[in-house]
Amino acid sequence: MLRFVFSRLVSTVPVLLVVSITVFLVLRLAPGDPAAVIGGSNATTEDIAAIRQSLGLDKSLLHQFLIFIGNLLQGDLGRSYYFNKPVATLIAERVGPTLSIASGTMLFAVAVAVPMGTLAAWRIGGWLDRLLMGFSVLGFSVPVFVVAYLLIMPLSLKLRWLPVQGYVPPSDGLAAWASHLVLPWIALGTVYVALLARVTRASVSEALAEDYIRTARAKGVSQTAVLFRHALVNAAVPIVTVVGIGVALLIGGVVVTETVFAIPGLGSMTVEAVLNRDFPVIQGLVLFFAFANVAINLLVDLSYLALDPRIRY
Amino acid sequence: MKPIRLVTRSLVAGLLFASAITASAQNNVLRIVPQANLTVLDPIWTSAYVTRDHGYLIYDTLFGSDARGSIKPQMVDKWSTSPDQLVWTFTLRPGLAFHDGRPVTSEDVTASILRWSARDATGALWRTFFSRFEVVDDKTFRIVYGKPFGLTLEAFGKSSGPCFIMPKRVADTPASDQIKDYTGSGPYIFKADEFKPGERAVYVRNAKYVPRNEPPSGTAGGKNVYVDRLELVIIRDPQTQLNALRAGEVDMIEQPAGEQYATLRAMPDVRLLDMVPSGAMYTLRFNFLNAPFSDVRLRRAAMLALGQEQVLRTQVATPGLFQFCRSLYPCGTQYEDSNTGIFTGVANPGAARKLLEEAGYKGQPILLMRPTDFAALSKVPLVVKQQLEAAGFTVDLQNMDWQTLLARRAKRQPAAQGGWDAFITFSASADNLNPVTMQMMNASGARGWFGWDDDATLEAIKRDFAAATSEADRHKFAEAAQLRAIDTVTHVNLGQFEQPAAVRSNVTGGVTAGANVFWGLHKGS
Repeated sequence: MLRFVFSRLVSTVPVLLVVSITVFLVLRLAPGDPAAVIGGSNATTEDIAAIRQSLGLDKSLLHQFLIFIGNLLQGDLGRSYYFNKPVATLIAERVGPTLSIASGTMLFAVAVAVPMGTLAAWRIGGWLDRLLMGFSVLGFSVPVFVVAYLLIMPLSLKLRWLPVQGYVPPSDGLAAWASHLVLPWIALGTVYVALLARVTRASVSEALAEDYIRTARAKGVSQTAVLFRHALVNAAVPIVTVVGIGVALLIGGVVVTETVFAIPGLGSMTVEAVLNRDFPVIQGLVLFFAFANVAINLLVDLSYLALDPRIRY
Repeated sequence: MKPIRLVTRSLVAGLLFASAITASAQNNVLRIVPQANLTVLDPIWTSAYVTRDHGYLIYDTLFGSDARGSIKPQMVDKWSTSPDQLVWTFTLRPGLAFHDGRPVTSEDVTASILRWSARDATGALWRTFFSRFEVVDDKTFRIVYGKPFGLTLEAFGKSSGPCFIMPKRVADTPASDQIKDYTGSGPYIFKADEFKPGERAVYVRNAKYVPRNEPPSGTAGGKNVYVDRLELVIIRDPQTQLNALRAGEVDMIEQPAGEQYATLRAMPDVRLLDMVPSGAMYTLRFNFLNAPFSDVRLRRAAMLALGQEQVLRTQVATPGLFQFCRSLYPCGTQYEDSNTGIFTGVANPGAARKLLEEAGYKGQPILLMRPTDFAALSKVPLVVKQQLEAAGFTVDLQNMDWQTLLARRAKRQPAAQGGWDAFITFSASADNLNPVTMQMMNASGARGWFGWDDDATLEAIKRDFAAATSEADRHKFAEAAQLRAIDTVTHVNLGQFEQPAAVRSNVTGGVTAGANVFWGLHKGS
């Protein structure tokens, strides 16, 4: 297994290299000039040229690329053009809120969707199945920002139970941290509840048709035990795969939720960096997302070992 | 009690408790949603308004502009000028100190002026008159000019592009590099350790700040701070901004979205505060380097084709927040002038069509850039396109994001090679108060503003304006500059508008100025 982990980690190196080169070139060839953004509306052509020079953007593309790669090999992602801070520091500052959203959302989704999908599979074709799958279609269909505003209106503006926006780190108190994240978890989790419930339903219903389930029932095992101990556990591999993909997507893709709830995470940071053409930050974020994807996929693959003893690496 | 009910009740109680703690902690903390995300912290390195406003919190200026636009002393106690106007002597008022406790000295001031003048347009003009500094003592310094510079006080007291005073060690940073030390001597202290880019910037009251005795007015007078802490809270989504204001999580939205004013006016616990009374002005800018707008007759035709009313009604929409203004200088300000020659501000497609025919225009497409992501601007190009087409122009409207527009407008090539013919922008009225500060009247060619108008006559008038030592002369040259700008069509004024801040009613006071300044505000419970 260690050999498998090592080979997977080694295989990320060329992936990250290709990602680096692609992002570097795409950013430089796309329209937009960070110096023009930094200069502001009243900057003259001379001012912008001076800023370009101070940022090193007046150097040739090859020169800029060699500096970028040279720094990268030393573990330096560069400095933000705007914030005058190392990119790694900026990512470290923003990763907490994103991980809080991603983990909470997925916990909420798993807690709701897995029992929901299992129950639907148990009564497949019945009214409970139709009701739960109807909810699932609704969850897929309604955009996250609509769910968010529908939650904010009663819970934040009318009842004043939960804050409208913002983020508080757990170090400032778990209750305050959770109160700022409950609405994002539910708003964003709705889609994942819908997705996971459908996957669970399909997977569990397939497992319920297996011979070992019939054997278990013949031996008098209770319905609950059949469902959750035998069918669900054997149906876990596709569910865990979807959860893994979901977490990876959430880490880089919670832009709308972070915007609606004004949460300073990696998603909103990506949008700001793209809008401002903050090249070092965009490059750093893309590399981080690529690495996070590889790492999460590796963890998912390793989790198969625990879930299915037949799997060997 | 069933365990599930116990857990639910505990959770709700915990959340309510957290909310209560948050609410009590909000007292005497002013939370403001700024007009944009504060990214760059050096107000000299960038001319972005949000950075300028950040500068006003932590730095002080030698002079300020009061609410009527008159220049008043701020850090300066007294000043005098020699009979030939070549030597100006300034003495700083007592008690001025930087946030680190060190007194503000003449050396700090002279270094700050030099750094400011390396980037600011008025500062650059000032440099062409400037000869040397003479430091008399810690509190007194002299500026010696090679020839009289009549705009000395205006240059150091203008509210936009201000000359902020920094410690010499900071001001010695080349103007092309960002500063890393944010020590100022202003009414607030920047908490660099609490600055979270993209989330919030935090300032605390400078307890040692000695405000002037005069009442606050514009960027002049007493900068009294009545809150312990001020936070700029970054919220990008306008609806979330409004929700946060409604829930009391923020106290002020500096520039609400245009479509929200009707809702805000109906909210009982919110008031609108006109922080920048003269507002801002929409303008169309031409590319002077390439055909067709290298031909002044076509620029004139475009000017005649455009009408302010349609633009303002479409873009601003809310009654009371826009005004017709034919003067190139903002209406309601010092040099407002209705002598605008052929420019009326009213669309006259017939006259424009006639001019096009005389100029032999053959329908060559005009590349007009439109920033679709800039809500305060995105509708204007649609109206302009329609008005230009009504006069006979062929318009190629190209949609793009604002940052792409900013980059593209720096390109001098013809439109077909990645350049442009015209774009629309808006600028704070405080930037357009006179011909020297107005970027659209920068006619210094390749070194100048986008469009690169090269007009020695206009530049000469501006120099006369800067050198003038009497108000009557300044008015005369301001009018001459306006007429010259209209004759050569440096730009088209598309009207004036305001964006008042939305403030919760428990926040009282507030100062109207040429920039967004946050002193003089009280927060009640």
